[in-house]
Amino acid sequence: MTATIVPAERRVIYRRPQALTEKSTHYCPGCGHGIIHRLIGELLDEMNLTQRTIGVASVGCSVFAYDYFNVDFVESPHGRAPAVATGVRRARPDQFVFTYQGDGDLAAIGTAEIVHAAARGELISVIFVNNGIYGMTGGQMAPTTLLGQKTTSSPLGRESGAQGVPIPITEMLAVLPSVAYAARGSIANPQLIGRAKQMLKRSFEIQEKKQGFSIVEILSTCPVGWGMTAGEAMEHVEHDVVSTYPLGVIVDRVKGDK
Amino acid sequence: MTAAPVLMKGNEAMAEAAVQAGCDAYFGYPITPQAEVLEWMARRMPELGRTFIQAESELGAINMGLGAAATGARVLVSSSSPGISLMAEGMSYMAGSEVPIVLLNVMRGGPGLGSIGASQSDYFQATRGHGHGDYRTPVLAPSSIEEAVALMADAFEIAERYRTPVWVLTDGVLGQQMEPVVPQYRTPARHEFDWALSGTGGTREPRVVRSLHLQPYELEEHNTHLQQKYAEIARNETRFATEDLDDADICVVGYGTAARVARTACERARANGIKAGIFRPISLWPFPAEALAKAAAKVSAVVVVELSAGQMIEDVRLSLEGSCPIYFVGRTGGMIPTPGEVLETIRNAALEAEPDYWLPAGETATSTPSTKTAEKCPESAVGLYPVELFE
Repeated sequence: MTATIVPAERRVIYRRPQALTEKSTHYCPGCGHGIIHRLIGELLDEMNLTQRTIGVASVGCSVFAYDYFNVDFVESPHGRAPAVATGVRRARPDQFVFTYQGDGDLAAIGTAEIVHAAARGELISVIFVNNGIYGMTGGQMAPTTLLGQKTTSSPLGRESGAQGVPIPITEMLAVLPSVAYAARGSIANPQLIGRAKQMLKRSFEIQEKKQGFSIVEILSTCPVGWGMTAGEAMEHVEHDVVSTYPLGVIVDRVKGDK
Repeated sequence: MTAAPVLMKGNEAMAEAAVQAGCDAYFGYPITPQAEVLEWMARRMPELGRTFIQAESELGAINMGLGAAATGARVLVSSSSPGISLMAEGMSYMAGSEVPIVLLNVMRGGPGLGSIGASQSDYFQATRGHGHGDYRTPVLAPSSIEEAVALMADAFEIAERYRTPVWVLTDGVLGQQMEPVVPQYRTPARHEFDWALSGTGGTREPRVVRSLHLQPYELEEHNTHLQQKYAEIARNETRFATEDLDDADICVVGYGTAARVARTACERARANGIKAGIFRPISLWPFPAEALAKAAAKVSAVVVVELSAGQMIEDVRLSLEGSCPIYFVGRTGGMIPTPGEVLETIRNAALEAEPDYWLPAGETATSTPSTKTAEKCPESAVGLYPVELFE
């Protein structure tokens, strides 16, 4: 007696989100930008936002984000993305607006802009990709570089006396009452990627409900800048980086946490 | 029926002119002597349901401007000299991204923190592009509050027509003074922009407003396009005014507040028998070079008046190409040339061109009446002549 195997109806279980273009990214192997782009793309699709989204690209590796998203984009000067996004959102209150910024962009040259956009409670979603290094310019020390970490501009390792301490800017922003939501996720493994997506989703919902400013920091990788393989870089994020930058929701004022 | 003049402060009149021109969003930061623009907008814009933000810095203000203007909104940003320097970054990006915006600079003395007195020492900055890169920005320089009101609407129109940042360049005198004005407000027509960000709506390809062209050949192509645009602006948007030049022997060149001082000096010169007239550039870029050269061809000398150590004079020299002697009167740091100082220079220019200028027929000058050479700082000359004779 033989069982008849009826082929299951073909169904799509994985595909490129409509919000992403078909263009191959220029990102290095093991870089986290591709994963984070995809999470944003999935959410824009799922939340039906693609058609009324304006993205703000910052300066750094992710400046070319506008090549990879099927949405309107404006390119901002280095660090000024929250100011540019403020202008966009105020002029077009019907649009969903997000910035996509690296740690050099947001936590060094753009510190004033991010603090004041947060203080004003601008209705934008800030996606803050923290890989602790200036990737595009060749791996120099960032404000978020870990203590002891060697970079091309801290060749002996970052030392707090001379080079200051890593800036936990998301925690610093979270103390402002106008910040509706601040969280830190990671892309170090599939489970964490899922959690990061939930954080982004929460941020997007908060903007859609006009509940305030939100920021999601995502710990990411820079294997080339770190001098690691892609696998080593992911493990470094999962086991080492988190001790300086702990994961989790820092504040959710809409829910009433904290 | 002509409307009755109202007494208006320059900064407030310019702010209201922008409101009436349909300005959708204003971004600024407090700095003297332009703070009243910010204050006026703080009240007026929310009243009309429009956007007003006092930014965290001039960097913030200009980049909020970039964001709003990238969506096609009509945007004004204002500041004064030190703040304008901080805005160079955003202006360069907007020139590169072809984003229309109007930047109002109420100039004060520099360099550095300088003084809060009126100055025209940002001429180079405004007319030479301001920030990094190969670009130009149209610069409109009113010399009265009434003209400032009119030029504000023109500035938005030029900005939108050519997709370019445009300056309205004034100084602390014009910003702070009050004078009777019959404001000719105007709202330029609105256009649909095929580049403005609005969300794709699912009906069109995504739009990107950017200045990055990583491939050198692509950037050169883009720059060539920009240069062609600037050539078109130079052809179409060159503006100037002349006063009493038809029979003039001396042509006094000044813009903004300097032109007002020049006017008084020219009136006094004529009262004393020297035929002086005024050439007043209104667009500082594009500079009215051709028109100035034509005007200078009919005079014996040109006198340049500025509230600076001599900046526009370089454009005057480029325009005249050595065809005519050029004299200079300038004060810096917030000081303003007096009509007497300008008159002094006009007189010297006239005498050096023709030593017998005032002498009755038959008499000749016994010596060259001026120890002062062309283009020297006028202060050295003050007191050498009985200026009071002309006052």
